[in-house]
Amino acid sequence: MQFGIFTVGDVTSDPTTGRTPTEHERIKAMVTLARKAEEIGLDVFATGEHHNPPFVPSSPTTMLGFIAAQTEKLILSTATTLITTNDPVKIAEDFAMLQHLADGRVDLMLGRGNTGPVYPWFGKDIRQGIELAIENYHLLHRLWREDVVDWEGRFRTPLQGFTSTPRPLDGVPPFVWHGSIRSPEIAEQAAYYGDGFFANHIFWPTEHFVRLVTFYRQRFAHYGHGSPDQAIVGLGGQVYMRKNSQDAVREFRPYFDNAPVYGHGPSLEDFTGQTPLSVGSPQEVIDKTLTFREHFGDYQRQLFLMDHAGLPLKTVLEQLDLLGEVVPVLRRELDALRPASVPDGPTHKALVASAARAAATDEPATDERATDGPAAEGGAVLEASRR
Amino acid sequence: MTARTIAVVSAGLGQPSSTRLLAGKLAAATAGHLPAGSEVNTIELRDLAHDIVNALLTGFPAPALREAIDQVFRSDALIAVTPLYSGSYNGLFKSFFDVLDPGSLAGKAVLIAATGGTARHSLALEHAIRPLFTYLRAVTVPTAVFAATEDWGSAGGSGDALTARIDRAGAELAALVEHRKPAAEADPYASVTPFEQLLHDN
Repeated sequence: MQFGIFTVGDVTSDPTTGRTPTEHERIKAMVTLARKAEEIGLDVFATGEHHNPPFVPSSPTTMLGFIAAQTEKLILSTATTLITTNDPVKIAEDFAMLQHLADGRVDLMLGRGNTGPVYPWFGKDIRQGIELAIENYHLLHRLWREDVVDWEGRFRTPLQGFTSTPRPLDGVPPFVWHGSIRSPEIAEQAAYYGDGFFANHIFWPTEHFVRLVTFYRQRFAHYGHGSPDQAIVGLGGQVYMRKNSQDAVREFRPYFDNAPVYGHGPSLEDFTGQTPLSVGSPQEVIDKTLTFREHFGDYQRQLFLMDHAGLPLKTVLEQLDLLGEVVPVLRRELDALRPASVPDGPTHKALVASAARAAATDEPATDERATDGPAAEGGAVLEASRR
Repeated sequence: MTARTIAVVSAGLGQPSSTRLLAGKLAAATAGHLPAGSEVNTIELRDLAHDIVNALLTGFPAPALREAIDQVFRSDALIAVTPLYSGSYNGLFKSFFDVLDPGSLAGKAVLIAATGGTARHSLALEHAIRPLFTYLRAVTVPTAVFAATEDWGSAGGSGDALTARIDRAGAELAALVEHRKPAAEADPYASVTPFEQLLHDN
């Protein structure tokens, strides 16, 4: 089981002081949080990608490369990389480069992006979001697996004899998660390739996401990548903790009440009752996070949103210290509950090992889609070694 | 004939509310033309007002609102009644239909009605409320019912005309429902296009 933090990278005024960090402060704070994540024993740091204020992270691989140089174990990821408006060729190149620099500590989460104006800024149309995600990823998938690609599609210039460089580290592409909050088509896409599916269920009720994840698991099995419980699932989470539960509620309430996404709407109490948000003592956070597994089954990656809504860096660092106490408990509990047949979170090392095993046996048996590429790659993930 | 379910949405804000009163009469008239055992579920939007605003802000409905939305979705027919504010439906009425899942009223048999101070506002049903349901791809019955304050007066005068109109509208809705299949649960996951097709249709 992998645990980490993901950040949107919003520049938001602290509602308790009125102070707004500069872009420079916010960017540096994100790096500080990533280093802190490694220090407290988390596995993953993931940054968002945005191309409009009040968000700063427009260039994720630049930031992740910088963090890679200052960390040793942390997996560097995204939440999300825009598969619709980015050129898949550039994604293939940027993340392969990052993979080499970070010695394989890289994966990425693909998403469509829901900000209408961003699409035309990059010459695209949000009404074609699903089509863009499907075509662009199909090309990205090939660019990382075929040394020379001839390709023609609807959305970009054709490629003749194109080689994306550098080639993926050890011949193994970065693991890909597909993130979606409402589109069965994206769950279907993740299932087809045997990739991971990330349900950022932090803002909506659980029942909605249970349908989506259950569908992904069924389709993952349908495409021959393993049984439904072997599908690779990631979930979001959002917590605010203090030793004393009442202190957590009192401190977090002004941030909640003014938060960009849900502020000025439901009460903190209603929202925590209806969504995965936990505000309280570390034990309350542990108890609530453990319910995710009851709803979604054994899963591989848990990412927490810790640094939004104008919370100052100092507070977020204190929160991470508390998270550093909570995660070992969650890790122990969830790892103990997960059957041996269910894979652990994907790592480069495990992917390399299973690729080597697949090469040694020549062809993965019992996989009807093995000749097609995607299933064989996905099958490899299933063998990811246990932590 | 099978028993049917009718959802009644009333956006009246007063208590007691003439909009709620009109909604009740329309429901009774419709039920009178439907088989025995047909069910009427009334949703008073006033009780859900905060949840509706919250759903606009957060993108998801709280449990009580979810139940109301599901009730409308599962019903064979909808009776939608609003007071007229500033020449049109009130904001609460519109907000409720704004938070329904897209397409969830497609093909739904709907009877529209409104209340207002004077009969001068009655055409708001035709220029504002019927187009809303047309946009939502619902099927509205021809008779829309408007009740002005004076219509609630003595039984001998214009009250009779209102009663007759209510009954005609109820009969139209019942007749429309009678020829339709019972409402079925739509499952978005049952109709997902297989990936090969998504890829090749691209």
